[in-house]
Amino acid sequence: MTATTTVEDVVGQPLGVYTRPRGGNGWRDWITTVDHKKIGILYGVAALFFFVVGGIEALLIRLQLATPNGTVLGADMYNQVFTMHGVTMIFLAAMPLSAAFANYLIPLQIGARDVALPRLNALSFWVFLAGGIVLNLSWVLGGAPDGGWFGYAPNTGIVFSPSPGMDFYALGLQMTGIASLVSSINLTVTILNMRAPGMTLFRMPVFTWMILVTQLLLVFAMPVIAVALFLLAFSRLFGARFFDPSVGGDALLWQHLFWIFGHPEVYILILPSFGIISEVIPTFSRKPIFGYPFMVFSGIAIGFMGWGVWAHHMFVSGIGPISVAAFSLSTMFIAVPTGVKILNWMATMWGGRIKFSAPMLFAVGVVSMFTIGGLSGVTHAISPADTQQTDTYYIVAHFHYVIFGGIIFGLFAGLYFWWPKVFGHQLSDLIGKVNFWVMLVGFNLTFGPMHVLGLQGMARRIDSYSPGFGFEFWNMVSTIGSFLIALSIAIFVVNVIRSAMKAKGQPPCGPDPWDARSLEWLTPNPTPVHDFDEIPVVESLDEFWHRKYGTDENGRVVRVASAEEVCQDGSAVGVHLPSPSFWPIVFAAGLPFIALGLIFNLWLTVPGGLLVVMAIYAWVFEPVDDPDAAHGDVSEVADTTEEAPVV
Amino acid sequence: MSEAAATDHATTTGMSHNKLAMWVFLGSECLLFGALISTYLVYRGRFATGPAPGDIFDIPFTSVSSFVLLMSSLTMVLALSAIKRGDLRNNRIWLLTTALLGSLFIGGQVYEFTTFFREGLGYTTSPFSSAFFTLTGFHGVHVSIGILMLMSMFISSLRGSLRKEHSETVEIIGLYWHFVDIVWIFIFSVIYLVPSPTS
Ligand code: HEM
Ligand SMILES: [Cu+2]
Repeated sequence: MTATTTVEDVVGQPLGVYTRPRGGNGWRDWITTVDHKKIGILYGVAALFFFVVGGIEALLIRLQLATPNGTVLGADMYNQVFTMHGVTMIFLAAMPLSAAFANYLIPLQIGARDVALPRLNALSFWVFLAGGIVLNLSWVLGGAPDGGWFGYAPNTGIVFSPSPGMDFYALGLQMTGIASLVSSINLTVTILNMRAPGMTLFRMPVFTWMILVTQLLLVFAMPVIAVALFLLAFSRLFGARFFDPSVGGDALLWQHLFWIFGHPEVYILILPSFGIISEVIPTFSRKPIFGYPFMVFSGIAIGFMGWGVWAHHMFVSGIGPISVAAFSLSTMFIAVPTGVKILNWMATMWGGRIKFSAPMLFAVGVVSMFTIGGLSGVTHAISPADTQQTDTYYIVAHFHYVIFGGIIFGLFAGLYFWWPKVFGHQLSDLIGKVNFWVMLVGFNLTFGPMHVLGLQGMARRIDSYSPGFGFEFWNMVSTIGSFLIALSIAIFVVNVIRSAMKAKGQPPCGPDPWDARSLEWLTPNPTPVHDFDEIPVVESLDEFWHRKYGTDENGRVVRVASAEEVCQDGSAVGVHLPSPSFWPIVFAAGLPFIALGLIFNLWLTVPGGLLVVMAIYAWVFEPVDDPDAAHGDVSEVADTTEEAPVV
Repeated sequence: MSEAAATDHATTTGMSHNKLAMWVFLGSECLLFGALISTYLVYRGRFATGPAPGDIFDIPFTSVSSFVLLMSSLTMVLALSAIKRGDLRNNRIWLLTTALLGSLFIGGQVYEFTTFFREGLGYTTSPFSSAFFTLTGFHGVHVSIGILMLMSMFISSLRGSLRKEHSETVEIIGLYWHFVDIVWIFIFSVIYLVPSPTS
């Protein structure tokens, strides 16, 4: 084998009965890839697709509610649409979009070449996608889930929800849950075990820290929802009596299990976004993050306290005054570490030479909009007030300020910020700014009025309202706002397409477009297959920045090296990378058969089960590295650094 | 489990990726069983018109099968120490013994389930029955998966592909096996040893 090959060029050799896939860029390489960057991109594309699907569902909801006695959707259809809207946005859009960032960036931020278990990483993505497909197949196979995203028992039982929708809910979410669990184990191990020499825990970027906390929350929260979903599925499919009140089944059991998962879940959703803006704000304020240890410890504190507040979702479920008082208090306490973060971001901006590029605008959007959502959250931590607010549009307003204002804005900040890292060209900043302002205005027009509607008594999850309650005006405003949000998404799409077209045939944008701070920018843009030419040795927090800047004799910060000098050029050859594999997608392909089989015809579970078992065995006996690939390569660069003492 | 092959480089914690992943996974499993055990505790007294737990449990029988399962942890340890010494023959013997003890336990569970069923405790009889079968069933599935893994290792060993350098694979599967045993101690105490309501 010649000395100048990377794994990509190496032809797969027949290994036993099948040919091992090889690297490259055709569709086969995408479905067999184990590269964390490609998997990150796959997650991103799938999540944005489902985001659009969930968005269309949202627009349908708003059309129905634009005027009194709406006729766009019937009551039954309305239930399905709002349930699938919530499920899609949370499990198929927000979580996987965070996973996209985590997959792409975590190895780069800690100075590694991939995640710890690359094939399992591919498995996570394909199982998630299969879960998303199963959930959405329900539209054409008998009706979508209609019990709300938190699916309260016994409303979700066969008696009150006879269509197969809730079966799809139970099994589809089980699949996305498995995907999340596998990926959380993988990323936890990656962060703990694959840090570059010198990358101690307290030199990790805040984003990496927030992802670590998120993964640990996932590790412990996913099994709880898994049990809840099993109980539901067994009740519906096999007649188990968990939630049948006539024989003593307890509806509160579901609520407890769901929210013991559900509240950590909201932090699972928000912490990645917090991590993203903790990278963006220092970069565009040209200052280190204010109070790094506080940032980290408040994240950890949220990770712990998040387990002790779940029953604030159940203040009116009859859990008794002592529980209500205790959970009311714990909920007020958890606002403290969150407040710490907000103050730290503001202190980071304070006195900085702020540059309001598109990523920064979105980040500031998070700080301001999330604060509004956080404040309305504190109003329902006060349980007597919540008794009035719960199940009204005030709640819908609250969680959209945190979910949309806190998460979606943050993810957009990340998209604009890391776009050049991933694709080698920047998105237009001007269009990005327009995108931001349209989204901000649309968002506030949509969800601001819902505070008023809720306090006026408009109930959520009701498909229509009669004229004469004073609901008309604000509902119309809200619907108009929602179409502005849709417009902002269209602007984003235009930006993506336009920038890609302009970049065609041009050289990549060059290293370090933002004067950034963390290790991922040490690699060229777009990131080469092998990530780092040489594994860096880390000496400080904000390592990349410290390689560019030093202090002069008066202690003033001066530039000591240009980005070109500091960045690697991506020219290393023969770096040994894990080989692609067919088995993750084969495994994932078996699961929908099992799910559909359980719902419709048990025979279908046979081919599904066979596929899964076959994939597992083939997987186990397939060596991680194709023994014929890239051995005999000259990877002195790689090998000497990887053998360096690990801290 | 074969991902370890790639990671002959030192890791940050010093523990291999696979082993660390197994530990994290077992942490997650604690919550899975925690939620199932809680469900059982909520429902143990809700047996509707069906048999109550105190009416049907056969504590001596289940104690014996629990003892069998516990012994399998011992044989698992012996299997690991054999392969670490490079003693492949003994490794095979102990792997097979562990799998057999596990199967004996599963056999006991099948016998118990059928007896209960004949005594009128079906899966759909009451919240108690659903919770009981779900919890013990989940545990049984875990044991069965463990048996499959043990047998797969046994067969690999017969074919000569499980050698001394793979002792970590045996160790990781052993971790899983011990975990499943320890969980059974909890389940056994909660279900059988804590005095159960009778009808
Ligand atoms: C175009 C933007 C959006 C609009 C116009 C919108 C609108 C709505 C409306 C009106 C409801 C209330 C339905 C009802 O209770 O009757 C709702 C529920 C919900 N939305 Fe959104 N939404 C948007 C974006 C999002 C995003 C980005 C997420 C999450 C990441 C999200 C998550 C949820 C959830 C979890 C529910 C509760 C569903 C349920 O009651 O089961 N939404 N949305
Ligand atoms: Cu909560």
